[in-house]
Amino acid sequence: MTSVSSASPVFSGRDRQNRLFGPLPDVSGEAGYEADHPQRIGFFTDTSVCIGCKACEVACKEWNMLPMDDADGVRDAMGLSGMSYDNTGMLGANSWRHVAFVEQSRPVDLPMPQVGPPGAGRFGESQAPGHADGDLPADGTTPAYTGVLNAEALTEFDPQTGRSADREVRWLMSSDVCKHCTHAGCLDVCPTGALFRTEFGTVVVQGDICNGCGYCVPACPYGVIDKREGDGRVFKCTLCYDRTLDGLMPACATACPTQSIQFGNLDELQARADARLATLREQGVESARLYGRDENDGVGGAGAFFLLLDEPEVYGLPPDPVVPTRDLPSLWKSAGAAAAMIVGVIGTAVLGSRGRK
Amino acid sequence: MTASPGAGWRRADGPAAHDREKRRRRRGNGHGSGGGVGFRAAAADGAPVVQDVEFSSYYGRPVIKAPVWKTPDVPLYLFLGGAAGTSAILGAFSELTGRPVLARVSRLVSGGGSVLSVGWLIHDLGRPERFLNMLRVLKPTSPLSVGSWILAPFSAATGATAAVELLGWFPRLKQFGGAVAALFGAPMATYTAVLFANTAVPSWKEPGKQLPFVFAGSALAAGGGLTMVFAPVEEAAPSRAMAVAGAAVELAVMQKVEHDHGIVSEPYREDKAGKYLKAARTCTAAGAGLTLLAGRRRLGAVASGALLAAGSLLTRFGVYEAGMASAKDPKYTVVPQRERLVEQDGHARSVVR
Ligand code: SF4
Ligand code: SF4
Ligand code: SF4
Repeated sequence: MTSVSSASPVFSGRDRQNRLFGPLPDVSGEAGYEADHPQRIGFFTDTSVCIGCKACEVACKEWNMLPMDDADGVRDAMGLSGMSYDNTGMLGANSWRHVAFVEQSRPVDLPMPQVGPPGAGRFGESQAPGHADGDLPADGTTPAYTGVLNAEALTEFDPQTGRSADREVRWLMSSDVCKHCTHAGCLDVCPTGALFRTEFGTVVVQGDICNGCGYCVPACPYGVIDKREGDGRVFKCTLCYDRTLDGLMPACATACPTQSIQFGNLDELQARADARLATLREQGVESARLYGRDENDGVGGAGAFFLLLDEPEVYGLPPDPVVPTRDLPSLWKSAGAAAAMIVGVIGTAVLGSRGRK
Repeated sequence: MTASPGAGWRRADGPAAHDREKRRRRRGNGHGSGGGVGFRAAAADGAPVVQDVEFSSYYGRPVIKAPVWKTPDVPLYLFLGGAAGTSAILGAFSELTGRPVLARVSRLVSGGGSVLSVGWLIHDLGRPERFLNMLRVLKPTSPLSVGSWILAPFSAATGATAAVELLGWFPRLKQFGGAVAALFGAPMATYTAVLFANTAVPSWKEPGKQLPFVFAGSALAAGGGLTMVFAPVEEAAPSRAMAVAGAAVELAVMQKVEHDHGIVSEPYREDKAGKYLKAARTCTAAGAGLTLLAGRRRLGAVASGALLAAGSLLTRFGVYEAGMASAKDPKYTVVPQRERLVEQDGHARSVVR
């Protein structure tokens, strides 16, 4: 039966505010579930403790019986990405968890902390021969590091940072996953209703309905969902809908040995993440920040959010993702004007050429 | 320009700058790998362009997924749907003002175009046999859902009208079908622009409000051009007028799309898209000029009509390819978003270090 989809609450008239973007306290309720629906679930992925073991990737592949592919999503191919220990490469139809590996280095003769715009004067100075004494700034007491990261603190508290000769090396590892957005681009644009919001507030594809139109693929601001070669339909993380329905923890979170992947009710996870961020900041890891936690961001906050140690784009995440549908009303308005222009032009053309034929 | 994330951390073992530059050249596309080190962007002809772009990315890999749509399926769908949309309206208007031959030609063009466009759309699906799932729901947040509900009645009406026209049965039905088709014609020609703009693809999203006008102009030029080719010149004055007006709109708005949007306008001027759009400009301008000069002669009408249709088709290919290119290069996703954050917060970073 054809019906107006409940995934479009903005047009249902129940609430006129914040329907295409912005915070939504009760996503499942908005999608039409009764008030006794379960609480919204999600992931808090704390990358500061991730050891890059890829247990999550393997567990997800096993549990969901995902086919093999290479770093570019080519089916049944084995290959090295040639860029790092990351041969999974990306999230896609066949990889619903992806552990990013970023190897970074920097000279340890860092410029002294400076006042001014972050990063200004970073270059050159550090290479100057006079500064190459190979030591970290001696006085740990220097107040307010505004120019550079507190290197000493990070070395001390971050197991991922090591030093060799005059260079410091660190590995950033982060297990990426579908964000189960509050305003999910994929869900908004799916014309068949194959994508739907579950009672847990997650976003899931129904494989028996998807006709492979592919619209959801470019509509995801994070590049998560993708079409499976040889199948024609799209696939992505279900937040283990089958397991959570039976009260089990998702496979990836169960397999994670360091509790980098924490599963639970979203509000609890958010509280836990805020506490963890405070701890890290206290310890001097000032580069720690939460990603996807802010409910005022472009997707209304994510159901799966992260603690990162560098800018999001370093991990391959968009710095300021926005659900495309936020701008839909203005796009339709413009299309309406263009359609009116067509009718006007043709009407004028026909009537204007009347006598002349 | 935006700064890359700092504290001195740089991706280790990244290829040296000149390697990247070489690879970029070899790949022949804009700016392959970001990798945390700034490099000078250069235009296709090797001349440096204005920006000195510095941004970070994960080994230069794309942030978003490029559309999995196929070419020529989707560009052809856009072109045929546009031409069918405008000629359906032309058919209805010319019927009313006593131009029977033009009306007949318009109906045939529009019927043929819409049936073919449906074919291409279905061919593009991963599971073509599930095409009817498009009509399971009507979802206002999905331009493709709304579009399916425009396309279904439109193609049914235009297809039936064209068939009745050919067979010569039920002249009354023809008028009714023509009227329905005309009603859905204009939305048919413009909804596809919303379909493109309502994605995370930077070069479609950013000029999103201009694309409907590009597509409308392009559809007018194509519909006018095609009907000019087939209709007798004495009756085709409306075709000529709408084709020239459409070509003017297409050229003017496309100019804005190609230049007004900073870095995300770049893909419209480079590589494959750049070539398509350059050819499109030439065809459209020549077609419009020729219409004015020689449109009243048979040969001139055929030549200029064909040029206009070719220009419209090339524009669709160009817009499609520009979007694809912008999705595949992380630069176009990261840099504008970074700049937006800078504007909002006054600094590039999400934390003060
Ligand atoms: S838009 Fe992308 S990240 Fe958000 S729920 Fe859909 S696939 Fe997941
Ligand atoms: S590909 Fe499938 S899930 Fe994605 S938008 Fe189309 S029908 Fe929906
Ligand atoms: S929640 Fe389940 S489907 Fe999603 S990444 Fe984890 S294991 Fe895979």
